[in-house]
Amino acid sequence: MLKMTSRTLRSIAMPATLALTATMALSAGAQAQDKTFLIGIVEQQLANPFFAKLQQAGVDAAKKHGLETMTAESSVAGDSATQVAAIENMINRGAKGIVLDPANASALVKIVQKARDAGIIVVTTNTSLEPATAADASYETDNLAAGELIGKWAKARLGSTPARIAMLDYDLSDKTAKARHDGFLKGFGIAEGAPEIAGTALTQANVETGQSSMENLLSAHPDINAVYTINEPAAQGAFLAIKRAKKDIVMTSIDGSCSGVRSVADGTIGATVMQFPTNMGTLAVEAIVKAVNGGPKPTGVNNSGTILITDNPVDGIESKDSKWGLENCWGE
Amino acid sequence: MQTSDRVRTDTGQARIDAEPAGNPPAGLLAGLRRAATGLFAYPVAGPLVALVLILVVFSVTTSTFLNAGNLSLIFQQSVVVGTLALGQTLIILVSGIDLANGAIMVLGMVVAGSIAAGGDPGLGMLVGLAVCVVGASINGLIITRFRLPPFIATLGLFTILTAAARLYTQSRSYPINSDFMTILGEGPSFGLVTITYGSMLWIALTLILAYALNQTAWGVRVYAIGNSPAAARLNGVNVNGVIFSVYALAGVFYAFAGWQALGRTPIADPSGYQIANLDSITAVVIGGTSLFGGRGGVAGTFVGALIVVVLKNGLTQAGIDSLYQQIATGFLVILAVGADQYLGRGQRA
Amino acid sequence: MTTHPTPPLAMQAMGLTKRYGHVVALDGADFELAKGEILAVVGDNGAGKSSLIKVLTGATIPDSGTVFVDGAEVHFKNPLSARLAGIETVYQELAVATQLNIAQNLFLGRELRKPGLRGQIFRQLDKSRMRQQAADHMKNLGIRIQSINQKVETLSGGQRQAVAVARAAAWGKRVVILDEPTAALGVRETNQVLNLITRVRDQGLSVVLISHSMPDVFQIADRIHIHRLGRRAVVVSPKTTSMSDVVGVMTGALPADAVQSSLIAPSPPPETAGP
Repeated sequence: MLKMTSRTLRSIAMPATLALTATMALSAGAQAQDKTFLIGIVEQQLANPFFAKLQQAGVDAAKKHGLETMTAESSVAGDSATQVAAIENMINRGAKGIVLDPANASALVKIVQKARDAGIIVVTTNTSLEPATAADASYETDNLAAGELIGKWAKARLGSTPARIAMLDYDLSDKTAKARHDGFLKGFGIAEGAPEIAGTALTQANVETGQSSMENLLSAHPDINAVYTINEPAAQGAFLAIKRAKKDIVMTSIDGSCSGVRSVADGTIGATVMQFPTNMGTLAVEAIVKAVNGGPKPTGVNNSGTILITDNPVDGIESKDSKWGLENCWGE
Repeated sequence: MQTSDRVRTDTGQARIDAEPAGNPPAGLLAGLRRAATGLFAYPVAGPLVALVLILVVFSVTTSTFLNAGNLSLIFQQSVVVGTLALGQTLIILVSGIDLANGAIMVLGMVVAGSIAAGGDPGLGMLVGLAVCVVGASINGLIITRFRLPPFIATLGLFTILTAAARLYTQSRSYPINSDFMTILGEGPSFGLVTITYGSMLWIALTLILAYALNQTAWGVRVYAIGNSPAAARLNGVNVNGVIFSVYALAGVFYAFAGWQALGRTPIADPSGYQIANLDSITAVVIGGTSLFGGRGGVAGTFVGALIVVVLKNGLTQAGIDSLYQQIATGFLVILAVGADQYLGRGQRA
Repeated sequence: MTTHPTPPLAMQAMGLTKRYGHVVALDGADFELAKGEILAVVGDNGAGKSSLIKVLTGATIPDSGTVFVDGAEVHFKNPLSARLAGIETVYQELAVATQLNIAQNLFLGRELRKPGLRGQIFRQLDKSRMRQQAADHMKNLGIRIQSINQKVETLSGGQRQAVAVARAAAWGKRVVILDEPTAALGVRETNQVLNLITRVRDQGLSVVLISHSMPDVFQIADRIHIHRLGRRAVVVSPKTTSMSDVVGVMTGALPADAVQSSLIAPSPPPETAGP
């Protein structure tokens, strides 16, 4: 699914030869001024408001600099093929920089190498490639740290009560999902397979599958008293199951979407860790603009920020309340 | 038999004697095969035996599976895919397949949800129903008018409608506050057991469809078309008309499924039910309906949907990892289709 | 309405033509079928047999020519209109739905509903009435089956063909047209089907038998219509004309006037020669 901004759309509406001339003129202009150039922004499926927000932040930042943008997105989760094709198109169109939210950490390494060979600055957002050095730089949430933060909070909330944890994961071959999972365990101070883990289930990180997974886990283990969820929709689904089973459970999540923060405010979710897609998109575009205009190339994996949002703060863990969260959240 | 004497004297010279086609196989294996084929005469028997076996295994191997609360939960988890699968059964009976049913349902749900959010749940429900029927009818139209293979036609529509739902919602989801829209998730409660109206509706829809398939001329024609479209056409059946009616009617079931989904999860979410199409096909196939069309029925699908959910629920109780659950379901699909191929072999003209 | 003085014809056609581009499929073909007879239609491949049958069954509309049923001129627009005129056809294959039982096959497309509300409002089928009628019909034709509820897939090839023939006989008020009904059958089953066809005739129906098998044709046909080069070459009686002569006319090795004609109706007036 390839999307283009209105500027490129207009050129498509023109007859082919005219469009070609227009494009050539545009790129010629870009070379002459070295200020305006084509930047590609490749996202994961925009059904997820996080990705939508990230892409929007990138497009906004690019517009601020007067850049031409070309955007593309995966059609479903994990769809790296669409992203590869999009990057190929961007190379052909002569993009100077690409902001990439990789659908798969390994599958995109080769095409990113090709883009960089063509002199394009490639910056990943949200999650980095494997190895991270395959791209110039990355701006992303440190998901291990986010998981650790929420794991510590859950441990503190339970206090002396023996923990019985349900883990609602997303496909663990996904780097983000794995990092959050591992971070939670680290923060909670237990190892993979520890007896405190009552059960784990694979969700599709949405409400529907969060609900049915939690229903099944609760049915199998009525003594569950803490829940880790991959994101807030899964947590909201889990909450539906918990409400029907009339249980009192410490519910944690990660993401910081506005709907998630509202769930923190109304008590559905005990705490969540907010990440900042706007920062990622903006920082990535800024870094590319700087490098293209002769500045230093961006490097390394840069944390775009993680903040614990809860109305039940615990000693020793820094957090913000849901009011602050609603002012800084992303998505609806 | 009152006329048999007359017939015998009139036409005794040459009869077409009834004999089973082919020689009866001998031995224990053959006996087993005969028994299995006998089961096959009652298409719902195989899936039912499988369901009972699975229930017994989980009841013995886990301590938490066999209780009223869990069994009522299994029912609640089955209704959405189970209702989608009723429409899917109709389509597979006429040798079709619908990969778009989940997407049609989700589009109907988000359209209904957005209108309800504007303050008119009743209108939202009606428009949602219309979206589902029109969406499914488009499938029917493409397949009967333009002769596209159902797999391709519905794959295309699946992609289009999935994107349409996201564009329409701007990737938002709509929480549903209308009691009417979520009523199918309610129902009389007895402790942990809730008999939801959605479960009752699912049973009622299954019975109605079973009646239509077994007791009406339309039903006979559905089977005839799935069995041999050429024979149906030569015998004066309006093949395209019946196929179109099957797809359009399936849309009604998708709308009911969407209503069920809002009852279970009161949120119209464009990212939900991404693999409901495959789940519904799984339920139909495990339920013993032949992918070649013309054989099977909704009773089997009802059981098939339960099997899919019981397997997932029970394996969770047994502490089996989700990925192994998927592997188990996959094996069951292959087993079901394999049984259809092996036992149904030679039964097709 | 045209009438004919000669023995009543179940069906008659005169001067049928049909062209597909430059190909002339029917070139002024005539046809006559007496009541209660088995008329075999034979001809080489490409002689235009199937075009003739398609016109008679309403599957094709001729460019010119007229068709009469029971002496009355008809204009078939589609297979349904031929069927409504009492003409049923059994096609070579695919004529039965194997997953349906015998009764369902006999009534497919013409199902009976229960009387009263159950039929009108709830569209409920009258299965017992259909079973009874189907069983009676099969008995009258001397087709013995274990049960009318047997799925057709449990029947042998000959029995399946018998069901198809029985179906046509049940609904064909005047004419039953059989397209190669024995092509896929063994010797024994062929005989069973041929016997069934004679019983259909004995019930008063007229039968058109399209066949490549000369022994079949000579075993049961009352008359043989030989088709050649898009028109009727001659109609002969198997009693007076030998098998080799029929093949001779079919292939053009023998002129049509070398064999004895068994036409019933007077030959139509010769066509005015045209360019």
